[in-house]
Amino acid sequence: MFNYLLKRLAAIVPTLFFVSILIFGLQQLLPGDPAVALAGEDNDPNVIAYLRGKFHLDEPLPVRYWYWLDGVFHGDLGESVRIHKPVTELILEKLPVTIELAVLAMLIALVIGISAGVASAVLKDTKWDYAANIFALWGLSTPNFWLGILLILLFAVKLGWLPASGYVSPFEDLKANLAAMIMPAFVLGNAIAAVLMRHTRSAMLQVLSSDYVRTARAKGLAERVVILRHALRNAMVPIVTLGALQLGELLGGAVLTEQVFSIPGFGKLIVDAVFNRDYSVVQGVVLFTATAYITLNLLADLAYFVVNPRMRG
Amino acid sequence: MAAIAIPIDVAPRELTPAQRALRRLARRRGAMVGLVIVVFFVLLALLAPWIAPYDPLAASWSAVRKAPSWQHWFGTDEIGRDVLARVIWGARASLLAGVVSVAISLSIGVPVGLAAGYLGGWVDMLISRMTDAMLACPFLILAIALAAFLGPSLTNAMIAIGIAATPIFIRLTRAQVLAVKVEDYVEAARAVGNSHLRIALRHIFPNVVATLIVQATLAIAAAVIAEASLSFLGLGQQPPAPSWGSMLNTAKNFVENAPWMAVWPGLSIFFLVLSFNLLGDGLRDALDPRHG
Repeated sequence: MFNYLLKRLAAIVPTLFFVSILIFGLQQLLPGDPAVALAGEDNDPNVIAYLRGKFHLDEPLPVRYWYWLDGVFHGDLGESVRIHKPVTELILEKLPVTIELAVLAMLIALVIGISAGVASAVLKDTKWDYAANIFALWGLSTPNFWLGILLILLFAVKLGWLPASGYVSPFEDLKANLAAMIMPAFVLGNAIAAVLMRHTRSAMLQVLSSDYVRTARAKGLAERVVILRHALRNAMVPIVTLGALQLGELLGGAVLTEQVFSIPGFGKLIVDAVFNRDYSVVQGVVLFTATAYITLNLLADLAYFVVNPRMRG
Repeated sequence: MAAIAIPIDVAPRELTPAQRALRRLARRRGAMVGLVIVVFFVLLALLAPWIAPYDPLAASWSAVRKAPSWQHWFGTDEIGRDVLARVIWGARASLLAGVVSVAISLSIGVPVGLAAGYLGGWVDMLISRMTDAMLACPFLILAIALAAFLGPSLTNAMIAIGIAATPIFIRLTRAQVLAVKVEDYVEAARAVGNSHLRIALRHIFPNVVATLIVQATLAIAAAVIAEASLSFLGLGQQPPAPSWGSMLNTAKNFVENAPWMAVWPGLSIFFLVLSFNLLGDGLRDALDPRHG
């Protein structure tokens, strides 16, 4: 276990190094003088001079990269030229909202995706199987911002059941919070549910044709017990790992979902930063997202290692 | 006069692997439905100047937010432009973005993946770590960041999507090359003294093409959604030029009074993406017998 952990950690170091180069390199794409571009639309000479000094723009590229990396190591992702706050602080401020949205979306995706996948595998080649496959195709082909608009039209405008947009902290009013989050969470979870459904179906089909499931049936166990205790438990290992890999999809989707429902989270932060030409915030958000993605993948790998005895052997 | 059947001894014509794959594809109903919808949208995009009922940019203050009618089948938008005309012209941006972005990904990803898989060693190590780094950044977030730094326009959105989707093609090509390069016929090509470039291009690459075609088709679907997403956020096609994503961005502000503004561009994205997904699934089944 310890050796495996060390090996995985060693593989992460060069990946993170290249991530840092990629994100630092984004700044080089800016046309013209980066200080002018980074200063935004105001072109305030004081801000330009400050940025030139802060980013060491008169120094050669490798030196600038080193200064930037040194800042990152010390938790300094730069400062927002618009809000005049450290980027790290801004990210940490918005993160809980996005985490709540992501967790709710993942719960919805797991419930829908796994139950549809199990039903589709158990009832293979029946109308339920076809319905589940159509659901998966629908989920994979529907742009989530469009689904969001349609749900607003139905549940907020026509029926008046749910608020069209906005956010209330769960610590202020849990009911209002859930009412505001249920539509965005469903929208975000929809595409992931489709992916999970497809993988659950194929994992279950594989497991259902294995010898131990046949043995369980031959022992006279009830079909429900065979499916839930013998088949699904074994099929769950790759499904859970895959669920963790969907994190990128979740974070990318959150950008659009938060925009549609005006949720003040991480995704809205990057979109606002893009339009305010607040490039340090954009870089910070990408770096943070990539690091979170790598870390969660590592945790998923370790979980896979722990629950799968064959890997330990 | 009675017809006399003369037995002719003709051996059945041997089908090439490509012909067999096409036959398998033609038998898949989903793939054929996908193909028909793709062709429909391609025709729509190509014939837009002739079939669009109105100028997609022409505003009419006397027809602001009119519901669908015989005059305007899909209704009009917030400044009186015909939604059907804009949906037809919008097909151009979506298809162009889908095809051009994937062409960018292929033109970078395939040679790089081929080099990584064939050469191995430190080249492979370096390319693989760079690919891992790009894959660690969620696709849409990387595309948004690239589009933000490059500046908002359809061209830059296509470049951003193309670059963000490249690592998938690098990884896929590399994996295929690793599997193919140990085959006997590659060893034989090496033994008779073929150059590395010739082996890679003549003997390995043709065996990777089928997998790449499948992935490219599915990637077009993802690129169409990505372009719509970037345009929705204001980073793709710029107004007043029509694009389904930017039409939805405007439509979300009028969802209460003019829901048709959101329905048609959304349905168009859905059907175009669905058709590429169906076609991609069908191609995978047809080109890879293991999926059959």
